[in-house]
Formats: sequence, C-alpha cells, structure tokens
Amino acid sequence: MRPLTDEETKTMFEKLSKYIGENIKILVDRPDGSYCFRLHNDRVYYMSEKILKLATHISRDKLVSVGTCFGKFTKTIKFRLHITALDFLAPYAKFKVWVKPGAEQSFLYGNHVLKSGLGRITENTMQYQGVVVYSMTDVPLGFGVAAKTTQECRRVDPMSIVVFHQADVGEFIRNEDTLT
Amino acid sequence: MAACSVEELLVRAAQDEAEKLKSISVQKELELHFDIGNLLACDTNRVEVRDFREQKKEDFLRSLARDNTQLLINEIWKRPTERLEEAIVTKLPEPITALPREKPAPKPRAPTKWEEFAKLKGIQKKKKTNLVWDETAKDWKRRWGYKRAGDDTKEWLIEVPETADPHEDQFAKRSKAKTERVAKNEFNRLKNIARAQKVKLPGVGLTPTPQQSKEDLARAASVARTSTASAGRFQDRLPKEKPLKNTGKKRKFEPLIGNFSTEKQKQLELLKLMDGKRPKLNVTKAVNKQMREEDREEAAAKYKKRAGKKGRKGSMPGKAKGKTAKGGKSGGKAVVGGKRRGKTGKR
Repeated sequence: MRPLTDEETKTMFEKLSKYIGENIKILVDRPDGSYCFRLHNDRVYYMSEKILKLATHISRDKLVSVGTCFGKFTKTIKFRLHITALDFLAPYAKFKVWVKPGAEQSFLYGNHVLKSGLGRITENTMQYQGVVVYSMTDVPLGFGVAAKTTQECRRVDPMSIVVFHQADVGEFIRNEDTLT
Repeated sequence: MAACSVEELLVRAAQDEAEKLKSISVQKELELHFDIGNLLACDTNRVEVRDFREQKKEDFLRSLARDNTQLLINEIWKRPTERLEEAIVTKLPEPITALPREKPAPKPRAPTKWEEFAKLKGIQKKKKTNLVWDETAKDWKRRWGYKRAGDDTKEWLIEVPETADPHEDQFAKRSKAKTERVAKNEFNRLKNIARAQKVKLPGVGLTPTPQQSKEDLARAASVARTSTASAGRFQDRLPKEKPLKNTGKKRKFEPLIGNFSTEKQKQLELLKLMDGKRPKLNVTKAVNKQMREEDREEAAAKYKKRAGKKGRKGSMPGKAKGKTAKGGKSGGKAVVGGKRRGKTGKR
C-alpha cells in the first residue's frame, strides 16, 4: 500500500470528475475526519486515516481489501472505476439517468440502457458525459456514459442506446471473486 | 593373601586364555541371514531376557556380538580367496539389501522455456523415426544432424527466387542462416541454464538484429554514451535528446502514513488546477441549451394553440362544463408543465 503519485492522482481525479465534477473536493476534504486514497495491487482504496493505520498491521500479500475500492489502474495506466465506488458517486453525481422498472433488470445484467427504458434524464447532459443510473425509486443501480445528449434523446428511436453501461450493482454477484 | 591373589590371577589368566581360543564354530538355533556384499549379518534368534538380566549386560552383548561376527567371518572365508602381495583377499558379492540413499533424490530438471510453453498449450511430443528415406540419395538417412536427408545446405544448385537480388550468393545465404539458427539455439540453451539456476541474466547488450527498432537504437546510444572512462558523466547531450527510460532510477513514493494535511492540500491544489483548465464556456452545452429553449417555446406555442382550440370547442352545455374547467386548469399549468417536462426529459 502506498499513496498515489501526482500523475496517478490526476488520472483518477480526471475520471472521477466525469461523474461528480468538482464534488471530489467533498471526498478529499471531509469534515468528519481525515480520509485518503491509497494504492494497493494497482487498486485505489478510499479509507479513513484510522482504518489505514489499522491496515498497516497486515502484510502486503495478505491484504485483500481495505476501505472502499474506487477502481483500478490498468496496465496502460488508465483508471477504471469499479462498482464499489458507487456509494461515493451516487450522492454527488451531477448527471443522472433514471431507468424504467421494466428496463432495470436488463441494465443490472450488464446491458446498455435503451431509449425505451429511459425514465428520466438530467437536463443538459452532454454526449459521453459520465452519468449515474438510478431506478425510478431513486435507488442507485450503477453508472455509465451518456451515448446521446438530452436533446437527441427525445428524437431517437426507442431501440437506440442512450446510456452505455459501465458498471452496475449486478456485478456484486457476477464478479464476486474479483471485486474487492 | 598373596597366595590367594596368585591363585586368582592364575584362574583369571586361564579364563582369558579360554576366551581367546574360543572355537570358530558357533552353534545357533536359527541360521543367520547374511548379506556379504554389505558385510551384514542379521541374527533372528530370540534373545533370552533372563540371560540378559542375570549376566552382566556388557558381557552378554559382547559375547553375542563376538559369536555373530565369527559367523560372518566364517561366511566370508567360504568365498574364494587369493593371495595378493602377502595379503589374502576376496571379492565381495553384490550387496542384496537395498540401502536408502545417502543424499536426497535429485530434483527434476527445471523445464526449459519451450517445455513451459508446450505444457501451457498442451503440446505433446510426437515420436518420430530417426531414419527417413531420402529420395535423391535412394537411401535411409538421418532426419537431423550430420549427413541428414534433404540437407538444404548441401544442394549443388539453387534456383534464384524471382524477387531476390540476382547477384546475391544463395549458397552463402543458406549457410549463414543455418549458422545463425545454431547460434540462436545455443544462446537459448544458455539462457535456459541460467534461468534454471536462477542466475540473473546478464544484459545481452546489443545483439545484432537485421532491423534495429527505435528502442534498440536508443539503447545503443545510451550504451555508447556510458562507455567512456567516466561512465558518461562528462558526455554532452544532444539538443533535443530525451532522457532514457528505465535507466536504474529508483521510484520514490511518499510514506504510507505521512502528513495527511499536506497530502490533502496537494490534492485540493490539483483539483483547483484541473478546474482552472476547464473552459468556462462549453460550446456544445450552450448550443444544447439554446436548442432546448427553442424546443420549449415551440412546445408551449403548440400547447397554447391546442388549449385554445379546446376552449372554443367546449361550448356544449352540461358535459362541456367539466371539460372547460379541466382545460382551463391544464392551460394555466402549461408553462409549469413544460418546464417540468424539459427537466425530466420525458416526452
């Protein structure tokens, strides 16, 4: 486990800012104690200072997970968010998409959101903007990338993709052994 | 006292004499098992526990050992002997008893790179015959090696390929290719040995390659730079030369538990910097906003028109009363509804 280098921090923040914009500040500067990002096994974990100090007692090869896993760095040093980060993305998300109850299951099985399944969408969503996907009862289901702007969404046919799937809570079951 | 002691001494001397001259024939209930090759005799006779207790333990053991040794030596004397330089010698037979080995069993040889790969891919060795029929020589020849069948370096005539340079020596080309293959194989063999013994492979430096890649050239340049008496310390740099990657520079990280406030400050500063880089006016966003506004106006105008129509139509008594009331209500909410629609993006 180690702190992130400047480049790593930048890459991660750039990815995070696609979903929560400048709300990253809230994650970094928290009033309820000191929280930090740490890198372990190419994965970025977000944890409180207290948990970090406890985790130092565990040797590197035995440590599986600590705090919340935000995502991982790929071999080409890009940052990829994991579904476990949803707890911190959902409350601060700037752009949201609500899916209809009928399309919920399809999304949770890892499919893209189609126009027919789109319930609501935040105004002024740009193309390729990171969005958090909610059910109509405001339960966060995952996140993805807007395939169309809000304007275009109104005109497209019902079978076209509106949100590209990136991660959904179904992964907690599907990828149980790889998620940390 | 003195006489007594003399008698005792005599008795003891006589006993010693008798002990020394014990017969070479020893009687045993059960025959001993002999393994002359190992100079081993196994006595399976029962040890009388009473004798062992009554006699002095040491004496009992000594006499038992003496008898058994005598038997073993008798057995050795049964073998044919010969005299060699004043000494009588015999040749011992092969040992029968299998003894456990002194040293641990040798470890299996570490697999070569190819063997590892073959295992990964499930490639199995196919047995091939050693000799193959050579059609030109009309004879059976070896598949590989010296005097092999179909040896392409021994051909007396080679057709020059159409694409090849006509002045190129095809014979030399083939023999050169062969020597290179041999050299490469030897190199790989040495690498396998080094890998098996976990020796750190020395940097091969620059092996001659037909086409040097960008990395090869960069490495060649760096090797040349550091190959001076001062290990390249006083070597001038080229104007736009980039520093070489992975040249023994260690990565350095912040401590795991360092100063949390400075870490936070650093990250906040980075965020501020990132915010500053973002353009203040997002063109696509602005255009979209404008489009949305137009859409809304259009929709509102349409709705008004329809609401107006409805109002005009609803002039019938009774039923119309409710309708107009409804229409009026919805008409009043038209703007609000439009706004809501715009926000949610519902059609």
